Amino acid sequence: MSTAVSVIFQERKDQILRKGQDSFGMECNRDSLAGAVSQRACVFCGSRVVLYPISDALHLVHGPIGCAAYTWDIRGALSSGPALHRLSFSTDLQERDVIFGGEEKLYLALCELIDKYAPKAAFVYSTCIVGIIGDDLDGVCRRVAAEKGIPVLPVQSEGFKGNKREGYGAACRAMFRLVGTGDTKGISPLSLNILGDFNLAGEIWIIRDYFTRMGIETVANITGDGRVGDLQRAHGAALNVVQCSGATTELAKMMKESFGTPFLRVSYFGVEDMAESLYEVAKFFENKDPQIMERTRELVKSELAVLYPAIQEFKKDLAGKKAAIYVGGAFKAFSLVKAFRLLGMQVVLVGSQTGTEEDYRELYEVTDEGTIIVDDSNPLELSSFLKEKDVDVFVGGVKERPIAYKLGVGFCDHNHERKQPLEGFIGMLNFAREIHSSVMSPVWRFVPRKKARN
Amino acid sequence: MLLRHTPKEIKERKALTVNPAKTCQPIGAMYAALGIHNCLPHSHGSQGCCAYHRSTLTRHYKEPVMAGTSSFTEGASVFGGQANLLQAIDNIFTVYEPDVIAVHTTCLSETIGDDIPQIARKAGQEGKIPKGKYVIHANTPSYVGTHVTGFGTMTKAMVDYFAESEGTRLDQINIIPGFVEPSDMEEIKRIAAELGIKVVMFPDTSDVLNRPQTGRFDMFPKGGVTIDALRSSGRSKGTIGLGRLASGPAARALDSKCKVHCELLDLPIGLTGTDNFIDAMRKMAGVSVPESINIERGRMIDIITDMHQYFYGKKVGLVGDPDQLISLAEILVSIDMWPIYVVTGTQGKKFETRIKEITKCVPHEVKVVSGGDMFLFHQWIKNEPVDLMMGNTYLKYISRDEDIPFIRFGFPILDRVGHSYFPTVGYRGGMRLMEKILDALLDRKDRDSPEETFELVL
Repeated sequence: MSTAVSVIFQERKDQILRKGQDSFGMECNRDSLAGAVSQRACVFCGSRVVLYPISDALHLVHGPIGCAAYTWDIRGALSSGPALHRLSFSTDLQERDVIFGGEEKLYLALCELIDKYAPKAAFVYSTCIVGIIGDDLDGVCRRVAAEKGIPVLPVQSEGFKGNKREGYGAACRAMFRLVGTGDTKGISPLSLNILGDFNLAGEIWIIRDYFTRMGIETVANITGDGRVGDLQRAHGAALNVVQCSGATTELAKMMKESFGTPFLRVSYFGVEDMAESLYEVAKFFENKDPQIMERTRELVKSELAVLYPAIQEFKKDLAGKKAAIYVGGAFKAFSLVKAFRLLGMQVVLVGSQTGTEEDYRELYEVTDEGTIIVDDSNPLELSSFLKEKDVDVFVGGVKERPIAYKLGVGFCDHNHERKQPLEGFIGMLNFAREIHSSVMSPVWRFVPRKKARN
Repeated sequence: MLLRHTPKEIKERKALTVNPAKTCQPIGAMYAALGIHNCLPHSHGSQGCCAYHRSTLTRHYKEPVMAGTSSFTEGASVFGGQANLLQAIDNIFTVYEPDVIAVHTTCLSETIGDDIPQIARKAGQEGKIPKGKYVIHANTPSYVGTHVTGFGTMTKAMVDYFAESEGTRLDQINIIPGFVEPSDMEEIKRIAAELGIKVVMFPDTSDVLNRPQTGRFDMFPKGGVTIDALRSSGRSKGTIGLGRLASGPAARALDSKCKVHCELLDLPIGLTGTDNFIDAMRKMAGVSVPESINIERGRMIDIITDMHQYFYGKKVGLVGDPDQLISLAEILVSIDMWPIYVVTGTQGKKFETRIKEITKCVPHEVKVVSGGDMFLFHQWIKNEPVDLMMGNTYLKYISRDEDIPFIRFGFPILDRVGHSYFPTVGYRGGMRLMEKILDALLDRKDRDSPEETFELVL
């Protein structure tokens, strides 16, 4: 523990917890400490990642070029149709605009784009600078909407207003303006919206397929492979199933309040959570369709019949290995803890950028003795934890990957850069295969640190 | 097609950038600051800026990239970021213990008017800056210039803060390498050593962003120019600034601050660029060029002459940063290739004039634009395709849609490795560049040749 403790900011002590040693208590959802090399991002980032997969909408970033450049097609959110979201549109604000205001430029840009592409709706993202110079984003959007006859939605995502979580809220509020404006005729009583899935590597298609096999119609994908028209009629669905702790919960809450649409929290990661999510949904519809539970059981059974034997093979090698998890939202961490358990592995470190106290309490409950639980961590902390716990594989995102590799530790990207679907039963198999291939890779024997130990 | 939303017909756009061929100043400043030994770059703005820059640099270099942020909140944006920066300075020196914090501003902190030197002075008065440690700064609002100018501004800050002219002149020269790869910086140092010249090079990201696997995570890697070396730059015999845009401000600042004479050259990419660089070093240091360098030069020419038949008349589209594009256009023209489209996102009339001048003997119309974007570049290609494209990773969309061979060159490269390890500067770098061009052209020839003309020997 000596090295680990030495690199921790005094101010961050109560954001780090060791199960068994400390009783539960976590100071989280507070602003990052100035000067810390935080792994967090901003409000704009949160809004952009949530809305960007809506592929027939126009996404215009109102700000200097950087905000658009860094978010150009970075998420790998697949579309089965339009690909307008894969282009990067920016008003590219210059010094002159900052002094005299950027409203006119925004107006011209919007008109030009709407004329050229005839999108179904436009999202206009506010950035830090727009918040400071005071452009009337709402006003411009209203004007263009009236002139062009499509919804033009301001996203109040000024970066400084908080971290990613606030950005999720801004995205939800923008989307909510679409909900309820479409025709809900012909929607099945057995219907739902998928919230909080971004179709990375085609995941939402897997989940939709499960629901189809259960006899349920998916009305809107929110937002992976999403469409404006579907969002507009999303209030016609009987249920919202919400994944991802922060990203779309607010939308579900607003829909519940305004349209009475109930929502269920689900997770599609790992066998247990995936199956449980499907059963929960089946239970919800059981009174409308008594056979649905039977069909769901069949589905799960047939998937598991393929999955389990394959998992056992990987488990032989992986049992007893140690894993660390550091992800954006905490919900993913719950499922990952269970998924690693299924592989016979031990989770020794788990943390998130934006977890809530409730999230961390749940993590505290599901983890083993000695597990480190951490909020809003930084590279120095993470690397010292990885070394202290002698971890075999690290699950994280883009900024975590090179830290793992420098230490000679296996890695799995469970964020924007995943290349295989990790959701669903097939996703669990992909996950097991990816963890296996990284943990068991022969390349780690070249790592000096490990060589010295052997 | 991925970019099926790009129409062939070109209409003038007044208020819109689509698929940018640039990014914002702060990331350039962050990259430059990583080239100081024991330095933590610090982003004075919202958390997202720092996260984006670190992510992009990480994707490009496949290395951990460390930087702090002032983590602006709504309060800071209203009342100024002084409290955040003071706390950040205190925290960074207490926990991470760098020698230098290199603060760059963002659009947010610039617009609310934070005065970094004043805040740094206050930090000093409050005892938050330990003895022998430094806070330097560069003003890099995102709505002015691009990543290239951000790099130039932070590099100039190194001169402003550290260069000292007192004392005797030293038998050394300064080299400012420009916004190039760590591998390029390493190669520039090697060439200087081959000539027997002692150099101070800044910034120097070699051994920072192309580190070996050591089994350790080092917050501050081995590489980077030291403060002592930066101090001594004011007493060097002269300065060579490579790439006028990225290195000009620092080179000129050294001249006016410490009376160190400077010469601004193009990046030593290609034959002429490298010739000029080596000649300038030779004259400045008063040494003669060793045979080993002549051999390298001869080998590069050997490749060019051996394979010249495959270069002839090949049309090339280039997207990138001005300093790189000038040198690239130069080498391409000199081997009989035709750079017919040249696009940079960085504004500058001089650039356009310079490219026009370099390409004046190309027997084809040459379109060049500064402050352009990849959308326009793609439209040009739709109107008349090229045989080869060179530029950053974002060209892969166009390459795929239009089925045109593509060499990754410039920043950022998010999907391949090599650039941080193998240089493109100098004669050796030039040989690598020739190899890449030939591979791209000949692979295409082999792929497209009908069976009857598919040949074993090329």
